[in-house]
Amino acid sequence: MGKVMALTGNEAVAEAMRQINPDVVAAYPITPQTELMHKFAEYHADGLVNTELVLVESEHSALSAVVGASAAGARAMTATSANGLALMWEIVYITASLRLPVVMAVVNRALSGPINIHCDHSDAMGCRDSGWLQLYSENSQEAYDNTIMAVRIAEHPDVLLPVMVTLDGFILSHTMERIDVLEDHEVRDFVGEYKPRRALLDVEHPFTVGPLDLTDYYFEHKRQQMEGMAHAEAVVEAVSREFGERFGRHYDTVEEYQLEDAEVAIVAMGSTAGTSKEVVDELRQAGEKVGLLKIRMFRPFPYDRIRNALRGKKAVAVLDRAVAFGSYGGPVYTDVRATFYGVSDAPVLVNYIYGLGGRDITPAHIRTAFDQLKSIARTGRVETLVGFLGLRD
Amino acid sequence: MSAKTWREIPIGGDVVDAGNAVEYKTGSWRTFKPVWYPERCIHCLFCWLYCPEPAILVEDGKVVGIDYDFCKGCGICVKECPDKAHALELVREK
Ligand code: SF4
Ligand code: SF4
Repeated sequence: MGKVMALTGNEAVAEAMRQINPDVVAAYPITPQTELMHKFAEYHADGLVNTELVLVESEHSALSAVVGASAAGARAMTATSANGLALMWEIVYITASLRLPVVMAVVNRALSGPINIHCDHSDAMGCRDSGWLQLYSENSQEAYDNTIMAVRIAEHPDVLLPVMVTLDGFILSHTMERIDVLEDHEVRDFVGEYKPRRALLDVEHPFTVGPLDLTDYYFEHKRQQMEGMAHAEAVVEAVSREFGERFGRHYDTVEEYQLEDAEVAIVAMGSTAGTSKEVVDELRQAGEKVGLLKIRMFRPFPYDRIRNALRGKKAVAVLDRAVAFGSYGGPVYTDVRATFYGVSDAPVLVNYIYGLGGRDITPAHIRTAFDQLKSIARTGRVETLVGFLGLRD
Repeated sequence: MSAKTWREIPIGGDVVDAGNAVEYKTGSWRTFKPVWYPERCIHCLFCWLYCPEPAILVEDGKVVGIDYDFCKGCGICVKECPDKAHALELVREK
């Protein structure tokens, strides 16, 4: 079943896209996403996909082309990073509002300025409230698998919302990993044939897309979007379960790593979850009761899962690779805190902002975070509620 | 048209019934209304041609009245009615 390939994160997602063989892909280059579409364009030029590849003049146009294609009844995909995602902004909301099951890879990169091409999550965090689902990838294998699962999740009739699959820029996008690649027919079988709920090209059933929606119905349409989001968690669970049963790689909305008997824990997303696992293993070998909660699905935020996984712990540090300026802490932190409002056995929750603009996050940083957690667990005293890892202070 | 709940309408704002503009009574928008004087009308049908709504009622090639359910009072018909006929006048809606 399948084969082992040496692929970068970008190549892994492009490979998944080749196997999905979408009807329409719109491409516009931006570092560090560029090679992803470069690779896909190569597959297109070599005749390995039947995709209509639309080369556009901006990211605003890229997502607009995808929206048009999706409304016409096509399975449509694109990819971007940082400022490109920011330029898509208007259409990001429109994709979700029109309930178009688009899948987009976001190769995480810091938003300007000052200009920076390296990884942080400020780009994707900017659209956390836009109505897209967000799946974060710990490694390129997961980015590959997430891309395939995302198609099924987005198109599920209970959801019908677009999905962002994120992977950390450079850290994953440009790093070669060993990837287990499925057989083409396995992927095609898994994603299945796309049956749009409505298609503009279906002339037997004409309809209007994106009409003016004023005080009379806009509110109701937003409520419907909330309903799609509310159903998404169960669908992500079910699709991930099916993927695991068929292909042996098991995913969930969150991953509990050495968490059950842990007294202190870290919450992380993206590649830092992988780094954290190394540190957890190391500390566990030294007999320390530490654990990790990896959040794979950030939107919708799996409140219940997170509460149940962390309640009763003594102290928990949430790692945020983005700032929410003017907010209580980082975006993941504020959501985790909200999860514990009014909960009696809530852990002490602290926050670390780290890795902005691609600043390295090393095992030593994560050990520092665990040291603070252990000290809180011992003394009950919190020195810093919102701190930093890797900042020159 | 009675307003529906969020559970009853198509998702995404899709409008799925063709010709449903008939349910949308644009007449409620009016602050001015055109009054038609049949005795002065020469039935040139300019008003029917230019009216943005299906508000000028025509039978057998002749104007027979104005449908105030849909006439939104824009005054285009009044403007287009030939001066020499002067069969339409715009009056303030009471
Ligand atoms: S006022 Fe406007 S809407 Fe009313 S009949 Fe004249 S042209 Fe039509
Ligand atoms: S434009 Fe004036 S004259 Fe011509 S059909 Fe209409 S009301 Fe009659």
